[in-house]
Amino acid sequence: MIAEVGLAALWLAAALSVLQLMSGVFAVRGHDELGALVRPTAIAQGALAAVSFGMLVWLFLITDLSVKLVATNSHSAKPWIFKLAGSWGNHEGSMLLWVTVMALAGGLIALIERRIPEVTMRATLAAQAFVAIGFYAFILFSSNPFERLPMPAVEGQGLNPLLQDIGLAFHPPTLYFGYVGLSVAFSFAVGALLTRQVTPDFARAMRPWILGAWIFLTLGITAGSYWAYYELGWGGWWFWDPVENASLMPWLAATALLHSVSVLAARDALRTWTIMLGVVAFSMSMLGTFLVRSGILTSVHAFAVDPERGTFILFLLAIYIGGALAVFGLRAGSISEGARFSFSSREGALVFNNVMLSAILGIVLLGTLYPLLTEAFDVRVSVGPPYFNPVGAIFTIPMLLVMAVGPLLRWRQDSLARIKLPMVIIAVIMLATLALVVILGAYSLLADLGLAVAVGLAIASVLPLRGRNLLRVPLATWGMVIAHFGIAVALFGMASESAFSEEKLAAVNVGDSTQVGPWTVKLESVTPVAGPNWTAIEGRLQASYDGGEPTEMSPQARNFWAPVQETTESELATRWNGQLYAVVGNEASQGRWQLRLWWKPFVTFIWHGGMLVALGGLLALIGRVKTDLKRRRGEDFVDEESADAEAVA
Amino acid sequence: MKAKHQRLVLIVIAVIALIAAGLLAAYALRNQASYFYVPTQMVEEPPAVGQAVRLGGMVQAGSLQTLADGVTVAFVVGDGDNTVPVRFTGILPDLFVEDSGVVAEGRLGPDGVFVADNLLAKHDENYVPRELEEMTEHQRAKVVAEAEAEAAQ
Repeated sequence: MIAEVGLAALWLAAALSVLQLMSGVFAVRGHDELGALVRPTAIAQGALAAVSFGMLVWLFLITDLSVKLVATNSHSAKPWIFKLAGSWGNHEGSMLLWVTVMALAGGLIALIERRIPEVTMRATLAAQAFVAIGFYAFILFSSNPFERLPMPAVEGQGLNPLLQDIGLAFHPPTLYFGYVGLSVAFSFAVGALLTRQVTPDFARAMRPWILGAWIFLTLGITAGSYWAYYELGWGGWWFWDPVENASLMPWLAATALLHSVSVLAARDALRTWTIMLGVVAFSMSMLGTFLVRSGILTSVHAFAVDPERGTFILFLLAIYIGGALAVFGLRAGSISEGARFSFSSREGALVFNNVMLSAILGIVLLGTLYPLLTEAFDVRVSVGPPYFNPVGAIFTIPMLLVMAVGPLLRWRQDSLARIKLPMVIIAVIMLATLALVVILGAYSLLADLGLAVAVGLAIASVLPLRGRNLLRVPLATWGMVIAHFGIAVALFGMASESAFSEEKLAAVNVGDSTQVGPWTVKLESVTPVAGPNWTAIEGRLQASYDGGEPTEMSPQARNFWAPVQETTESELATRWNGQLYAVVGNEASQGRWQLRLWWKPFVTFIWHGGMLVALGGLLALIGRVKTDLKRRRGEDFVDEESADAEAVA
Repeated sequence: MKAKHQRLVLIVIAVIALIAAGLLAAYALRNQASYFYVPTQMVEEPPAVGQAVRLGGMVQAGSLQTLADGVTVAFVVGDGDNTVPVRFTGILPDLFVEDSGVVAEGRLGPDGVFVADNLLAKHDENYVPRELEEMTEHQRAKVVAEAEAEAAQ
């Protein structure tokens, strides 16, 4: 019964999205009587999609084995939190989550957004419905999550053990929230194009969604990177895996969009560019979904491979992107150019970095799709760090340098001579850092440059606060400062990990010790242990830093039995200045055990930096929503404009 | 500067930067992409010594041996026609066994031994590296033919 209610709600939501699209189209053509239906339909559609997803979660929580999806992806012995996560830890469920979040977002805009002209709003919701229809069709016709089995299964088959991890349980939904936020930004862009309303007000309406999407993407990428780091047991934190790139590309586009939409809101410039980025950002999130869900690329994430579904998503991708580009091509020419600015101004710096971000995006995109292209000619290649690192760095380093000085520049018209002193200070700090790391013995060019730029950027990022009353600095400015500082922190971690990591691989007798960096690690014992659905070999280690108090570590090599799979459970000893990473391997000859150890100085800065970036985004979002609420309470409309101007002054 | 001109200048700058990025990427991809080889290709047209490539095939039964240091293994990868010796220092992936598929990332050494930095084996019961799927089909045909030949004797 629960499954049938869920399916019925899904069909109804799909039907409403068709109504929403049609009435929206009528609204754009000037038929107001039907246009009035758009908002209520969007709200109802959101509610029905939520009911449908709620039913799926319920089925998973009670482990209803007469439903095929539950039987193939869950198990009655699983802890409840993983039953919950199991509802979206598979293809069908994750698609339902996608469309549910999207429908809820549409409902929310319909409920609260009153700042832009009504007809633009309706066109936006029509675009939103247009995107949603494709997903509803996809789910209903090729990935029905509510399908029953002819005979209920006796027991479920379980969830991929690699996914039975609390961090990963919330990793996909986080990215989906990001993707969906970008779909809302896309709908706004299409709505504004169709009704020729590309204004600062439109930018302010769109901005919270971009910020929200960007925060979720940042968190998703950060969490995904940490998961890959400790769960895969390979010691790396980024592999340039196609699926990692699939989440990085929307982030790059969203970062560019976030900055250009701020220029549009504050200065009414970069109108067409912002619309274009809105289309690109959404294209990247659709491409991401396609790459992950189709299994077209070889990847550690490709646990849901199905070429037929891939074709369907590719078809959707072509319709959305082709349609959006067509509308863009037809209408972009009629959008008049916004305010002018000098090249040495805040806008100039933002435009430069927008172009750099687009270039990096292009490089990542080419590198990710290249294996697909060559496969058409029956040549199999894989593209990895030797391509991405140096080629990406050529554009990343200039971008980071401009990012250090950009916030110090004034809007519209400024001269570099005015900020000569801070620029000299930043340059001196960077050169001094570079000299220091070379003296310390790190000779990797990219890592050394990374460390130098990171230190310089960290100092530069707080300079916009100097000489100001910190209590009166707007939240949005705090957000910018913290996010830029977070980038510096993350970059420092990445460069330090690359420059100073030490690795030790050895076969060790029980009772013997081995050295890695400043650590002495003693293998105390190796014992078999068991968990609810696995058995494991556990190594007990005593690790002491520089002869200090020893820390107990117990890495495992686990065998899951539902479904059958082996995983490596690494163990980390964290200090403020880095992490010791330990993996236990197989038994070697003469009773020795393989141990793999890494000492990674400052590696945790990578994820702390990522969190800071997300925190900066959150502060900016709160600041924007607060000024918006003020305006709603009937306070002066000028308030928001002045807040915008001040936030960037 | 007129508004119209500024837009034009910005577009030109952006296009130049993107084209530069594209050319750079294309150049780097030609040199840095790592090609996939099966043993027969590696024997007949070996890649340059030291160039990063991937080698895929079946781990030959009885070829796996651990060296004295306890962490280096040597084995032979074959595709039914030719074989390539491989050396790997590290912890073997969880589902690495003889007579099953593997993709080794690494480079060919001057002595003809493939030195692997990383081994991708069957990862779980659902995930198989894509190159291996086809490899095992090829292999399966071979095995069937050999079995039939044996039966005929």
